[in-house]
Amino acid sequence: MFAFTIRRLIQMVVVLWAVSVIVFLMMTFTGDPVFMVVPIDATQGEIDQARRILGLDRPMIVQYGIFLSGLLQGDFGLSYVFRQPAFDLILERLPATMEMVVVAMVIATVLAIPLGVYAGANPGKPLSRLIMSGSLLGVSLPGFWVGMMLIWVLAVEFRIFPSSGRGDIGTVLGVETSLATASGWHHIILPAFTLSVGTLAILLRMTRAGMMEVTRQDYMKFARAKGVSRRGVLYGHGLRNALIPVVTIFGLQLGDLIAFATITETIFAWPGMGKLLIDSIYRADRPVIVVYLMLVALIFVVINFMIDVLYTFIDPRITVK
Amino acid sequence: MMTRILATQIAFNWRRNLSAISGTVILLACLFMVAVGPSLVAQNPYDVMQLNLLDSYLPPVWLEGGNPNYLLGTDGQGRDVLAAVIYGTRISALIGLSATLLSCVIGTFLGLMAGYFGGWIDALIMRVADIQLSFPSMLIALFLMSAFGTGIDKILISLTAVGWVVYARTVRGSTLGERQREYVQAARVAGLRDAAIIWRHILPNVMTPLIVVATVQVGTFILIEASLSFLGVGVPVTQPSLGLLIKNGFDVLFSGLWWTSLFPGLMIMAMVFGINLLGDFLRDELNPRLK
Repeated sequence: MFAFTIRRLIQMVVVLWAVSVIVFLMMTFTGDPVFMVVPIDATQGEIDQARRILGLDRPMIVQYGIFLSGLLQGDFGLSYVFRQPAFDLILERLPATMEMVVVAMVIATVLAIPLGVYAGANPGKPLSRLIMSGSLLGVSLPGFWVGMMLIWVLAVEFRIFPSSGRGDIGTVLGVETSLATASGWHHIILPAFTLSVGTLAILLRMTRAGMMEVTRQDYMKFARAKGVSRRGVLYGHGLRNALIPVVTIFGLQLGDLIAFATITETIFAWPGMGKLLIDSIYRADRPVIVVYLMLVALIFVVINFMIDVLYTFIDPRITVK
Repeated sequence: MMTRILATQIAFNWRRNLSAISGTVILLACLFMVAVGPSLVAQNPYDVMQLNLLDSYLPPVWLEGGNPNYLLGTDGQGRDVLAAVIYGTRISALIGLSATLLSCVIGTFLGLMAGYFGGWIDALIMRVADIQLSFPSMLIALFLMSAFGTGIDKILISLTAVGWVVYARTVRGSTLGERQREYVQAARVAGLRDAAIIWRHILPNVMTPLIVVATVQVGTFILIEASLSFLGVGVPVTQPSLGLLIKNGFDVLFSGLWWTSLFPGLMIMAMVFGINLLGDFLRDELNPRLK
């Protein structure tokens, strides 16, 4: 277990390093950042000077070295637009994105698992078919469009929910979050639900597939014969074993939610880091894009690592090599 | 021979599977719309000469103020929403299909190389695939598009860059299995070159699982393209796909002008739903173990 952990940690570092190279190369070969900082009417001399100050006149490998040492120190440079450290800008907006992702994940899980267990345990029943058709529709929907239609019906026509913003923000355990206030909850429901649709459908389908596989096993019949209630068998014996593939997907879905939060935040004007990323792409605000990508890459490798470790707890048959 | 038996069996089951039939019908309807739709609508929505600004923001025909010339209403430039949806579907479908084809060809090639030759080629291709798979496709595509700028060619590159992995992994797995089989050994003993063995003997035997992957991927790509275009880093404004139409509709949604965004979205939904219905059916047929 210890050797496994160390190997995975080294792997994580390699992946992050690879990402840093790719991000650096993409940023270097697409457009010249010097034009983001000099005024439009700058003379050639001024442009050359700016290039020198930014270090863009040096060899590529030296530039990468500077870039990498900046990354390691958490120094990503100033945002071209806000003239503030790009890292702080992203970090400020991280809680807003995370609270939306977490609420979306909770909505998806709470709805998907019971529905998936039902559909898997009762295949062929009309309700199961309805659930499955619904979930197939769920993976076929463009998430952003669902959000827009929810805004149209529930915010514009009926005015039940607000269409944008984060609401009042309270502090819980030192973290500023809108989950601490009623108005915050009122604001988060629509965007979080919008974000959860795709994940809900996928988790549901995975749970159902796992359940169908598991219900055929002998230990299920045995537990039933032993006198365990039907419900107890389904959730105690069945779900636990059906969950293994679901856990893998869970991690990937968490990543997808963070990625798709960029769109959901844009629609609902949610002040998270996803919206900042999209705004920064429009404004070619390179330092902010770099911070976002590196931070998200870090989050992803950590999630993947935790999933791998979690495996061994859920299914003791899986031994790490 | 085996292929023909399989095809007959699939055709047999297809006739008894309601969702497979509905999926096919939906897709045929979409195909019909893409093929002959433009000749059925009076307006070419991208010919500025045919647009009339006085007709802007007309509601669909069944609402008060609707104009029978514009069945689904018009947008801000007096563009017929139905015509825009038909032309947009063409672009969305074209991107989804071409990107899938490109991914399939490149991914299959790399998978064959990795599985057949092994060694460092295999290690390199599979490590890249591993790294890539730990990031959501949408995010990679978004990042690439933000670096490349808008354009249909750039979308194809970005989607292919995220799409090849799944083929490479699937094909590699099957190739590893096939490589050990007698017929490959026999071909090698007979003195065939590697290229001939791969192309004529291994490739035909590793293609079946790709059918399902490719079917579902067309739908995924249509959704990703729509998201990118919605964010403004997808297709250029001169070639609006369904996603870009929805984006244009978003700007006026708050004024209650819902028809410019509702219909393009329904179109995406129908298209992808049809694809997924068919994909589900094919998965059950081609992987009987999962039935």
